Amino acid sequence: MKALSSNSTSFLSDADAVAAQIPDGAFLGLPPDYSMPSMAVVHALIRRKARNLKLLGVPVLGLSADLLIGAGCVAEVESSAVSLGEAGLAPRFTEAVEKNLLKVKDATCPAIHTALQATEKGVPFMPLRGVIGSDLVALRPDWKIIENPLKEKDPILLIPAIQPDIALFHARWADEAGNVWIGRRKELATIAHASRTCYVTYEEQRPGDMLEDELLAPGVLNSVYVSGVAQAKRGAWPLSVAGVYGIDDAHLSLYAKAAKTKQGFQRYLEEYVWNHTPEKNSSPAASRA
Amino acid sequence: MEPYAREELLACCIARLIRDARHVAVGAASPIPATGVFLSKALNNKKLRISLLHKRQGNAFTEGSRELFDLAGQGRIDLFFLGGAQIDGEANINLVRAEGKRFPGSFGSAFMYFAAGRTILFREEHSKRVLAPKVDFISAPGWSPPGVERRGGPQALLTGKALFVWQKDKRRFRLESVHPGHTVREIREQTGFDYDVAPECAVTAAPSAEELRLMRNEVRTEILANYPEFAARVWPSS
Repeated sequence: MKALSSNSTSFLSDADAVAAQIPDGAFLGLPPDYSMPSMAVVHALIRRKARNLKLLGVPVLGLSADLLIGAGCVAEVESSAVSLGEAGLAPRFTEAVEKNLLKVKDATCPAIHTALQATEKGVPFMPLRGVIGSDLVALRPDWKIIENPLKEKDPILLIPAIQPDIALFHARWADEAGNVWIGRRKELATIAHASRTCYVTYEEQRPGDMLEDELLAPGVLNSVYVSGVAQAKRGAWPLSVAGVYGIDDAHLSLYAKAAKTKQGFQRYLEEYVWNHTPEKNSSPAASRA
Repeated sequence: MEPYAREELLACCIARLIRDARHVAVGAASPIPATGVFLSKALNNKKLRISLLHKRQGNAFTEGSRELFDLAGQGRIDLFFLGGAQIDGEANINLVRAEGKRFPGSFGSAFMYFAAGRTILFREEHSKRVLAPKVDFISAPGWSPPGVERRGGPQALLTGKALFVWQKDKRRFRLESVHPGHTVREIREQTGFDYDVAPECAVTAAPSAEELRLMRNEVRTEILANYPEFAARVWPSS
């Protein structure tokens, strides 16, 4: 496994070049559909025929995971939920689980945030309130309930630290120094901080160093965490990049319908992944940012 | 009496349950709870803070999705909404799997049910399948034994046919009102778990003229921005 990323960021040619950096079997930390998954790299991983990936949903997953699962790229998913939100169930995930073809480690949202925060701090575990009495605890032998050592008769759950091999997401900007602007989507920073390496696709490159701009800096992920970046215009489509383009609801409905059957899913891949074009794989101009 | 939509009645039930909450968070894909919360604010709770998670434009949070859980953990969320593929008579909810079917997953329920000041359970489908004798999987328990730290729990269960309130001391639901068009007997037949019936159990009060006026004007404007399909269906532009 590669060392933690800590010095210079590679500038890669495109999303396919990023997918080439992600080996089979890698443990990938991914954001939810509302927080800029790199759909461009998800498509490239399917084209590269990636296999045995382990996905971590921070804290949930949607279209990105459903595509990878349907295309046979995934061996295991750890997430608090997998769904297409208002477009309904994630059909490839649902079928794979019901047919026992996919290993799922069910979690709950704050447990995943807590596990990554433990890694950020370099500690082996962190406590989390609640959860006791949920059947999730019995399914997760790695979660432990202990007595609070600082107070009597106070059971509390410990969540072990999680360290993904690779954080993968999309962003609005990268700059010449390799910094990435994530704005308010701070879960992306948490995933990057906690992962050994981090690859990001971006909409536009900005000149200079965003950390020198007082207004941009609070939304910047420092390049110390960023192993590689590549430009991918509309790289989150059909999902959104806040302030740039909105979610393509019509396309999500189209996907939800197509992916109900294996055949429909394969036809979808033919159209939008194997024979993709910038015109087809783009958000309608009318969609709200 | 003015005609009203089923969704408007349910939103009114929710508004009446919100009472003096100061901060309500509403999860994704919840247009009826969101309508109820905005109605409560418009009616009698002007200072109510409403955090719509997954708001498309501008949202309350700048620390990413963990901020909601941190706020709740500190006790800054008074009221939250949860649903379930199954809900049982002990107010346990199941969002994972039932009868061989897989559902999306537990989301934040295993934490929020404990941490929010109170939770309204909302599920439109009222059937023995959903309101089961016992859930197949507990995503989040309805109650916790003494000694387990827990700030909040269920306040009520609202379905498309009836309203139950939770009796914490008895760990049982009590049927409070039945929506127009349904009967107490029908509810008993279509509920998989046992429950008490309030002596004063009545027909759920229809939306008042004032509630309807607010929903169809200022509340509609708020809902349109985040639930456009819902708003267009319930309030076709008049």
